Parts: sequence; structure tokens; C-alpha cells
Amino acid sequence: MHEDRIDVTMTVNGMHHTRRIEPRMLLSDFLRHELGLTGTHVGCEHGVCGACTITLNGRSARSCLTLAVMADGMEIETIESEGTPDHLSRIQKAFQDYHGLQCGFCTPGMVMAIADLLKHHPLETDDEIREGLSGNICRCTGYIHIIAAVRELARERGPLS
Amino acid sequence: MKSPDFSDVTMRPKMVGSRIKRTEDLRLLTGTGEYVDDVQAPGMLHVAIRRSDQPHARIVSIDASGAFDIPGVVGVFDMSDFEGECQPAVPTSRMKDYYATPTWPLARGKVRYVGEPVVAVVAESRYVAEDALEHVHIEYEPLPFAIRQVDAVKDDAPLLHEEAGTNVIIKREFARGDVDEVFRSAPHIVGDTFRMTRKCASPMENRSYMAEWDKRRRSLTFYTASNIPGVVRDVLSGCLGLSSHQLRVIAPDVGGSFGGKGSFYGEEMLVCLLARKLQRPVKYIADRLEDLAAMSQAFDERIEAELAFDDEGQFLGLRADVIGDVGAFSIYPWTAALETVQVISFMPGPYKIEAYRGRIRGVMTPKPPTGPYRGVGRPSSTLAMERMVEMAARKIGMDPAEIRRRNLVRDDEFPYRTAPGIIWDQSAFQECLSGACAAVDYPRLVQKRDRMRAEGRWVGIGMASYAELTGIGSRISVAPGMPINTGTETANISIDATGVVTAAFGVASHGQGLETTLAQIITDELGCTMDDIVVLHGDSSLVPMSSGTYASRSAVLGGGAATLASRALKTKVLDMAAILLEVSAEELELHGGIITARGSNQSLSLKDVAKAVYNQMGRIPRDQRVDLVVQETYDPYLGTACSSTHLCMLEVDPGTFGVKILNYVVAEDCGRIINPMIVDGQVHGAVAQGIGAALLEEIIHDDQGQSVAASLADYLLPVATDVPDIDIVHIEAALPNNVGGFRGMGEGGTIGAPATIANAISDALAHLDVKVNMLPATPERLFQLVRAAREKHGASA
Repeated sequence: MHEDRIDVTMTVNGMHHTRRIEPRMLLSDFLRHELGLTGTHVGCEHGVCGACTITLNGRSARSCLTLAVMADGMEIETIESEGTPDHLSRIQKAFQDYHGLQCGFCTPGMVMAIADLLKHHPLETDDEIREGLSGNICRCTGYIHIIAAVRELARERGPLS
Repeated sequence: MKSPDFSDVTMRPKMVGSRIKRTEDLRLLTGTGEYVDDVQAPGMLHVAIRRSDQPHARIVSIDASGAFDIPGVVGVFDMSDFEGECQPAVPTSRMKDYYATPTWPLARGKVRYVGEPVVAVVAESRYVAEDALEHVHIEYEPLPFAIRQVDAVKDDAPLLHEEAGTNVIIKREFARGDVDEVFRSAPHIVGDTFRMTRKCASPMENRSYMAEWDKRRRSLTFYTASNIPGVVRDVLSGCLGLSSHQLRVIAPDVGGSFGGKGSFYGEEMLVCLLARKLQRPVKYIADRLEDLAAMSQAFDERIEAELAFDDEGQFLGLRADVIGDVGAFSIYPWTAALETVQVISFMPGPYKIEAYRGRIRGVMTPKPPTGPYRGVGRPSSTLAMERMVEMAARKIGMDPAEIRRRNLVRDDEFPYRTAPGIIWDQSAFQECLSGACAAVDYPRLVQKRDRMRAEGRWVGIGMASYAELTGIGSRISVAPGMPINTGTETANISIDATGVVTAAFGVASHGQGLETTLAQIITDELGCTMDDIVVLHGDSSLVPMSSGTYASRSAVLGGGAATLASRALKTKVLDMAAILLEVSAEELELHGGIITARGSNQSLSLKDVAKAVYNQMGRIPRDQRVDLVVQETYDPYLGTACSSTHLCMLEVDPGTFGVKILNYVVAEDCGRIINPMIVDGQVHGAVAQGIGAALLEEIIHDDQGQSVAASLADYLLPVATDVPDIDIVHIEAALPNNVGGFRGMGEGGTIGAPATIANAISDALAHLDVKVNMLPATPERLFQLVRAAREKHGASA
């Protein structure tokens, strides 16, 4: 059926990877199954829930709506690039401090989306933070503790230059 | 926000009551958690499922020959391939007039709802398995059906399960007093038809299963995204004919449930059967469409109810006639009684109502089965009751807070037995009401609402009071008449040779943070440090009998078992230390992992004691030496009341009919709080889910039996812009009869929020004579209500 495989090369969390894959393979499946980076989760496979959010060439993207071949030559960051259990990143630390996660399934996508929000958006008001988070669904927390974590991170960061 | 009463602060132990950061966060935050889809095994196969596109049809033939042309396809299976290899799961019950529908791995002979699994394709990859589904041809002979519950209850309705002889598989009635006489003589009556439409629990992780057959040990390890791994182990043992030592059920990190992963599914049996048949690991991960179509669903009762009351606002009587749409099957193990019967058993809520009659008929329709959903039954019963409380207050011109104050059970009236027989123990019913009102400065909020209304804005205030039975013990079942025991939980706590404390439980945390909260309890009760403890859960091999985490029980039952086991283990540790230090055990204290003698400066660490017990033979006389292992089971016997009042102010946009929540406060009594941060998180999440149920979420089946919600773009879950800030007032009423003093609190927010919002919208639209008695109050539904009201009353409003 799908004999025409294609070579792709991408930099994921600073490491170069080359694989021969089916052109139809989703980037989320590529990360999870080909590279074993299971921190990226798949919640809906139609771009609504945001659990699969990663960074693609510096901007947040849905890995379930991206074919792996489209990311050929690109730089990708996943949750595994953020921090480790022994050394949480600043965003991860804020999530723990403010109890911004419960079941943890949406959390990797949430953290990656927030990394992008902090880089590119002023986040001066709660409304703005809510708007920024509204592309990522969390069923557990009601968002309030996540918003508190982002408020703290934005305050710490200061105004965007 | 009102502060809780910490008058016993000097007695309060260190960890319980503190905002301890969760230990499970480290793995979950860094992508190093392990959910079922992350579990890998060499040679693993993948399953894709062909589901019914018919609501009710006989399966005439299945032709899958074309599927084998696709490289990588290993097998195609329908139910005939498993005949003789399994028994169905049958959710038996002692309920009279009940029929227990069997659950098979795949449809057998006919299909009964759109989305029912019919054919499984097994392949080397999920991509290939889905390719092959296209080549499976199923010929159906359509059968007649009644999709609406009002039609399905009729005597001549087409039968979904012929063996049952009826579509009505549950009937129940509770009655106290001469309710009809009370209504005949009552000064006032309000009532209407109330409805919460169907919901899907929609955890962010879809249902996920992986089974591995161990040829050497002839045993099966089954990884399941479930919150009831113990129940799954027990039922699978019977279905597969495996003894329990050949069967281990593991719920690793589980991405939420909200009830949706709290029942046993045919797909779980299917994956296990395939792994055994093919002797290879087999994985099935549902996609979002499949879970919207076939995960257990919620609510869907049609409630006709009336409340009788006098001029003083005193409630005199309540009667309700309910038709619950239970879907096509009675779900295992809870049965179709779980949701339906709770609607009438909790209808009177936290109020004193002497005369009551509640009737329910649970009727089967060709839809996915209903099952547990955060709040179970009570979001619907509370909607009906609290709407009528509000309507009663309006009818006699009494403030809605005042009418509640007059009817809520008072402190001196506990324990109070409700008409359906539920016993409310001491709980802060009145204090929750006054606490919520104080938190928002209720009189000023009313003034503010009136000022905004004077500007022509559609602003309303609503509230809801409710009580729930949590941490249910062995005297009553979570679902009436069911055969499994949900009233006990076991903790096995041991100190190993290195001094580490391993605490194993039958509960199954899936977001609640039990690894942290149970460790907090053990730390205080045993006297070790948090770092000394590892909490194990979600694995059927840990304790002999368990069921899991559901029904707001794990803090009460798991926490109670942890308390008992820790205390018994501490006694053992101190007995051994007393021998080592040559003092009496009463002289010793254990704190922070260090044993000290009061009368001297001698001390020992837990590690020292463990070494002496396990390795340094001779230090403790042989006949006095005991292993540092304790297993205790806790049975709270009854359940405990958890109560709350919600209050909100919101605004309806007259142009878009969208609802914006302006203020939201929850005053709740969950007893002694283990971790305030986690309690707040549970309240926030549960209220958000209730907001979804009130304003957004709805599974609609059209007249052809097709669900029109196929994606999360159709089935709207609340996002960050839909959920307001929520103030929480904690009231920690004492609970002398429960070990630990904990009440269950994971579900309450979802019980209170829908009624609160329905009341607030009805208040906002009162000038148009609009009553919101059916949820969700979507813009479309509100538009239709306002339009109908304007047509009825002329276009003046």
C-alpha cells in the first residue's frame, strides 16, 4: 500500500534524527513511536485539545495536525526538552508550586504552549492569559491553578521587550 | 474568604492539613509518566475496531476477505471467533424487575447502538489496522427502534433485548407519608419537567488497553486506563476462565476518568482475548470519536417533579416521576440502577421534607450505556430540587437564601434520615449556606445585580445547596443491589530491610494526587518522613481485594486504611525499638523517622530498627521478633455526608445569548482537609465540569439514532475562557465516627454547578418569564426560550 517511504531529518531537542517513514505518518506518532518521546500526548487527533503541542521552529504547533514529512529539516522541542524530575524547568516548577496539574495528560502540551505564550505575548491580564490558554483543554483543574502559575511566570518575566 | 476554624491548631499534625506539593508531579510534568499508550512490548500488535453504524440491526453477514490483502494484517475477528473462549460480564443485582444485560467483547447477533464494537482488525501497526477496516463489509438487517425514552417505555415499543421482555429494566419507588394528601391540601405547589441531557465524561486520555500473554507462566498482564483495576481483575477472571494468579491488572498513570473509565468495557475483554489467542502483546487505543460514541455516558433523565410548601416557605412534600434513559446495556458492575436510582434517592437533598414519593423507570434505548459520571445522579436531582426551591421562593416573594435556611437540616437535627432512607450525619449544611452568602456579601451582591439590571442588563444570581453521601461503607452499596463490595479498602504497609516504607493500596489514583495525600497521612500516623514512603496503587496484585477510586471514597476509605495500618505498624516498630533500647514502648516516641526515649537521650532511626529486625540476628530475641508489615482494612460502615452551597452571579448577553459568569463561590464541608491545595483543585475542576454540563456539553442522538457529536469541536469542553475565578470557603465540620475525619469531596462541584447556573440564568431572565429547566443552556436553547416567552407575552419585554 504505502511502499513509497521518504527520508526525513529533523532536530529534536537538539539531537539530529533521520528516519525513513511513510509520508502519511503524523508528527505526533513520529515523536512517540519512532523516537520514543512519549511525553507528547495525543488526546483528540483533530487539533482541538492541544495535548500534542510541541515547538516547531520556535513556535507552538499541534503535532497531531502535522505530518512528520512536513517537519523535514525543522527544529522541534518537546516536553522532554524542558526539564527533568531532578531539575524542573521554571514553567514546570511553577506548575508544581501552584498545583497546575492533576492527571497530567494535558500537561506536556500545556507547558509547551505556555513556553510559547511567555515568549510572544504580554500576558498582562488574566483575560489575556485565559485567551492564551484557550487552545489547550484541561478536564481536571478548571484552569484556575494553571492561570495562577502563568500569572507568576509572566510577572517574573516582566514586560516583553 | 472565610478562614477555616483552626482552633485545634496545636493538635494538628504536621503533614495533614498542609499544602504539600505533589510527589507524582515530577514524572507527570517532565513527560516521564507512563500511560497505557506509552507501554511498549516487543512484537506488539495493534487493534482497530469497526463499530456499528446502525442503532438496532441484525448482523446478516461479515465479509473481511479483502482485509488480508493488506500487508501487515494479522487477523480479523468477530464475535463468532470467541465463542467458547469467554463468558459475558453480567451486572447482576438484587433489584426487583431488573434485567442484567450481558456484555460481550463484540456484538453478538445484533447491534444495539451506533458505535457498538462489531469487528476487530489486528495488524502490525495501527495505520495498517485502520486501512484494513475499510475492507470489512458488514451486512445489516435494520430493526425497528425507539430512540427517545418517552417512546421506549411504551408497551408496544420495539424491544432492544428480547430476553428481557421489556425495555424497562429498572423500577424503583421511595415513599414516606401520604404525599398525595399533602399536595391536595398544600397552600402552594411548584413544579415542572427538568432535564440534564446526555454527557460524555471526556477525560483527556481516551480509553487505552494493552494485554500481554506470558507463555511461560500462562498468565496475562493487562494494562488498562481504568479507575477500577481490582474490579476489572475480578470480572476478567470469570470472563476468561483464568485464576487470579494468572491475571494481573495494572492501571498505570491514567489520564483522568470522571467516571468514564470506571466501568468494565467489552473492549477490555477483547484485548485480553486477542493477546491470549495470538500469544502476542496487543494494544488498543480508542480515538476521540470512539470515546464520544462508545464510552459510558451520563444523566439523561426526564424528571417530572413538584414541591409543596406553605406561606412561610416550609417544604411540605415532594413528588417526582422520572424516566431514565439508560442506553442499550446495563453497565458492569454498576448496573443501570446506579445513575437512575440515585436521582430519586437524593432528590430531597439536604432539606427536611417529611412527605415524599420518588419513582424511577430506567428504560433501554439504542444509545451507549449510561454509567458513572462525576456526581452520579445528583447533578440531575439537584437541578430539579434546587430549581423548585428557587421557584418556591419566587412564588411567595421570599429571598432564595432565606427559604433554604428555613428548610436545611439544622445542627441539632442530625443524624437526619431522609425519606428515601439516607442518613445525614453531622455536616455543615447551614454553615455552607451562610458561608457562601458571607463570602460574596450577599445583600450587596443583590444590590449590585439590581443596579446592573437597571441599566438594562440581564444579570442574575443563583444558588444551590446539596449534600452527597461519600466514603460509603459496607452497609450500603454504591449502586443498590449490586453484588460487589465497594465498602472496604485495604492498606498494606511495610518497612523493608533498608528502612523504606512501602504502602500498597487497592485504590487507583488518576489525577487525585493520592500518592501525596496518602503519604501525608502515613507520615503523621507512623512518624516517618515523606521521603521514606513510596505509595503503590492501581495494581490488582497489591492487596487481596480492591475495587478502585470512584464515588468520592479514596480519601475516606484509603485514608482510613492508611491510618489504621500506620498506627499498627508504629506499635510494631516501637515494640522492637523498646527491646533494642531496653525501655518500655510507652517511653518511646517516633517522629521524622527517629525513635526517641522520653526519659533519656537514646535514639534510633527507622533504618536501625529495620536492620535489627531483618539482618542483625540476635539483637532481638527470636520469640519476640516480628516483621514490620501490617495490613489493615477499613470499613466506614455507613457513609459520610459532604455538603456544600454554591452561589454565582452571571450575565446573559441579549444579542448572542451567551452566558458570562461574573462571580462564583463554593462553601463546602469535606471534613478534615488533608491537602488544601488538592482540595481546591478538585473543587475547581468539578465546578468547571459542572459549568460544561450547564452551558456547553451535550451528546445529541438524532431521530436515526446517530450521535451528532463526532469531535471536540462538536462536543464542547470548557476552556480557560469559560471558567471564572472560584472562591472557596472551607468548613471543616468534625466527624467523630470516621477514622481520620475525612469526607469525600471529588465530585461535589459537578453536583452543585448546573443547578446554580440554571437558577442564575432563570433569575437573569425572570423579567421575560423564562425558566431554565433543561441543561445545557446553550445560546440556541436560551434564544428559543426567550423567543417563545416573548411570543407568549407579546414583544414588550
